[in-house]
Amino acid sequence: MMTNPTGRLTQGQFSFLPDLTDAEITLQIEYGLKKGYAWAVEYTDDPHPRNTYWEMFGMPMFDLSDAAGVMMELKSCRSTFPQHYIRLVAFDSTRGVETIVMSFIVNRPAVEPGFGLVRQETNGRTMRYTIRGYEAERAEGERYRR
Amino acid sequence: MRTARTVAEVMAQSQAGDVLDELDRELVGLAPVKARIRDIAALLVIDRLRMNQGLQAQTPSLHMSFTGNPGTGKTTVALRMAQILHRLGYIRKGHLVAVTRDDLVGQYVGHTAPKTREVLKKAMGGVLFIDEAYYLYRPDNERDYGQEAIEILMQVMENHRDDLVVILAGYGDRMETFFQSNPGMRSRIAHHLEFPDFAEGELLRIAEMMLEQQNYRFGPGAREAFQEYLARRIRQPQFANARSVRNALDRARLRQASRLFANPDKELTVDDLSTIESPDIRASRVFDPGAAATPNN
Repeated sequence: MMTNPTGRLTQGQFSFLPDLTDAEITLQIEYGLKKGYAWAVEYTDDPHPRNTYWEMFGMPMFDLSDAAGVMMELKSCRSTFPQHYIRLVAFDSTRGVETIVMSFIVNRPAVEPGFGLVRQETNGRTMRYTIRGYEAERAEGERYRR
Repeated sequence: MRTARTVAEVMAQSQAGDVLDELDRELVGLAPVKARIRDIAALLVIDRLRMNQGLQAQTPSLHMSFTGNPGTGKTTVALRMAQILHRLGYIRKGHLVAVTRDDLVGQYVGHTAPKTREVLKKAMGGVLFIDEAYYLYRPDNERDYGQEAIEILMQVMENHRDDLVVILAGYGDRMETFFQSNPGMRSRIAHHLEFPDFAEGELLRIAEMMLEQQNYRFGPGAREAFQEYLARRIRQPQFANARSVRNALDRARLRQASRLFANPDKELTVDDLSTIESPDIRASRVFDPGAAATPNN
């Protein structure tokens, strides 16, 4: 299958690796905290590659010293949205950087059908292409339920 | 590093002994508190040894309540406690997050839970010190949001026992009523430490240590004057132990400064600048028989 070679969404860091365990996620969070990043939990059920801004699960967590706080938030997000994509993002507030510096998926639905290629015929023989998530056909909140 | 087999080895590896010694040296009095801290440290060391030998070592619940009158060193000991627990490897980071009711309880419906959780997240890996914890519970207002904060707190205290240590602090009698109306809270706290009032001699030693830290010292007769000051001040209302001592010393420093200020042409030596003389202390209103009722001077 061309559009979904691994059968999994590949966005952000570590996405070609097997899913990180909680212990490995904790180590990544710990690394970020040591660098002074602020972690945030985000979720979505529309993982289109151009969907940059996922839903925020609570506020970004500034001034944390230990990964347990982020893990607590992640666990409560997982229990609220077990069939959603959830990612952790780290924000670096250094002046001049002020952007997301780490981002990786920590929860994904059981089945990921991926994206279909949509062809649009326009003027002459021109074709326009775009991709559309198979699950995106359904309404928000109804996706990935099986 | 070899896995430790003796108490001395664990103490040496963790350097917890240094903190305990420091506690002994720098904190005057508080014998029952120090004894309890040593007990806790001993338990953690033995647990470490048991773990090294492959025995079950269940992480003990270390939530504590510190009760005592104002100025008996609750916050100071909490800071040290964070260090000791960190050195012994019980908590991972060893920082202290000190909060009061305002930091935990929100202003409107739905505000409290995120606020409390945010504080808890910040305290993870360290010690959460809740000063005047009894303000969380307002019995006169049953719709008070404090109860919500208490519930979240209890839940996290139970589920995240190895992630953070919660210390509730406050005055003895009010903490007692707080625990009576929140029995769940009492049962989740394993260690109830009571901070005794300082004796006069201990307060004097505290005063000397405070002065030493600020590069001051008592001049001839000043020590006796301060002793006399303490004897009078203790009997007055609103005496706050070490805090009152610090305030009294601050005022003595003010008087010393204005005494030196009055002689603009005098060349001041190191001795002049660092000595608190007896008159600096005796000028206090505590020595004025007419104004014995006003404690603030």
